[in-house]
Amino acid sequence: MNCTSSIRYNPVHEMSLCEGILQILEDESRKQGFTRVKQVWLEIGELSGVEVEAMKFGFDAVMRGSLADQATLHIVPLPGQAWCMQCARPVTVKQRFDACPDCGSYQLQVTGGDEMKIKELEVE
Amino acid sequence: MCTVCGCGEGETKIEGHGHDHEHPHDHVHDDHHHHDHEHTHSHEHGHDHGHAGSHEHTHDYGQGPAHAHAPGLSQARMVQIEQDILGKNNAYAADNRRWFEQHGVLALNLVSSPGSGKTSLLTRAISDLTGELAMAVIEGDQQTSNDAERIRATGVKAIQINTGKGCHLDGHMVGHALQSLAPDNGSVLFIENVGNLVCPAAFDLGEAHKVAILSITEGEDKPIKYPDMFHAADLMLLNKIDLLPYLDFDVEQCIDYARRVNPRIKVIQCSAKTGEGMPQWYQWIRATRQITMINQPADQTASPSAQV
Repeated sequence: MNCTSSIRYNPVHEMSLCEGILQILEDESRKQGFTRVKQVWLEIGELSGVEVEAMKFGFDAVMRGSLADQATLHIVPLPGQAWCMQCARPVTVKQRFDACPDCGSYQLQVTGGDEMKIKELEVE
Repeated sequence: MCTVCGCGEGETKIEGHGHDHEHPHDHVHDDHHHHDHEHTHSHEHGHDHGHAGSHEHTHDYGQGPAHAHAPGLSQARMVQIEQDILGKNNAYAADNRRWFEQHGVLALNLVSSPGSGKTSLLTRAISDLTGELAMAVIEGDQQTSNDAERIRATGVKAIQINTGKGCHLDGHMVGHALQSLAPDNGSVLFIENVGNLVCPAAFDLGEAHKVAILSITEGEDKPIKYPDMFHAADLMLLNKIDLLPYLDFDVEQCIDYARRVNPRIKVIQCSAKTGEGMPQWYQWIRATRQITMINQPADQTASPSAQV
């Protein structure tokens, strides 16, 4: 893996999230009657604090030996959205501490982009 | 593995409690049971699965082998689930929140890096507020019950949760701890989370507010280094302010960073050692508790000293 300085080396947080994903997959397999999960689509907001590389690493490790062993993980990023109180309109941000791209104010209220969702699955 | 926290089952230890799940939550551990039956579940969807054929694709997959029309995709189908990854934790947290509301308990989730002085801040607050408020404490640490013992030495009831490998408390653990601890109606429950500025931000425990503690021996840029935590907190306690003459800590810059990630965060500068700023924190607790008590019957709102 190409470890750049922006990647955390200890994916504990993402591992926890993958445990949560596995539990949901197992619950859904009972409810919806499937035995194998082949592909998983996640929606991860850019402000959720999730490191995508760490998530992929954690996913493969946690799913090993489960109904989702070797499943392909797709991560659909959702942009960070905020309401600028100065401009009184929505803006797009990359990080929580970004300034408004238009007026430079930090008076932003994050309104979206912190989602962590399992969107859909391919199963059999 | 336990719910969402990722810690190994049996790793989590709650004092006087074997983590043995007699609680009413539905909670399945490590269950890899699979159903073998053929499903007939019909599920409309609009996904193209890489079918090379040019025919109109109007039927769905979940029909079993008889309807297969591509090798290797015989039973494959798409399932839309739209579930929050932290959904289970959020459900436990919602149970806790309901319990807090029913009992008029103000629950505060104290979060910080290790060594920010959370426990000292708490023991000082407890000794200063004893007689005025009923209080209880849940202590989270990976190992040892040292902190719960420090709290119990003040005379307030406390329970230790050891998360083992887990890096944060979760809603499920706190639900268990509540059963053992049984905080009094109308009390203030301090939940001292594991020292970690990353994961506890994402795991709701059902608390009314997260209180982030930052000591000035840390960098003033902590709020933007760990923006999720300071975004999630309603109050920031800037602790060890008595050390200001000896450090190059820029208080205004730190508060500015905190407001960048959270424009509505309140900030109190304090020192658990000298007591400076502590009355302001107590005032915040009193005011917040009043709001918690709005829907409580009048007899529960009385302070312990008034009942004596």
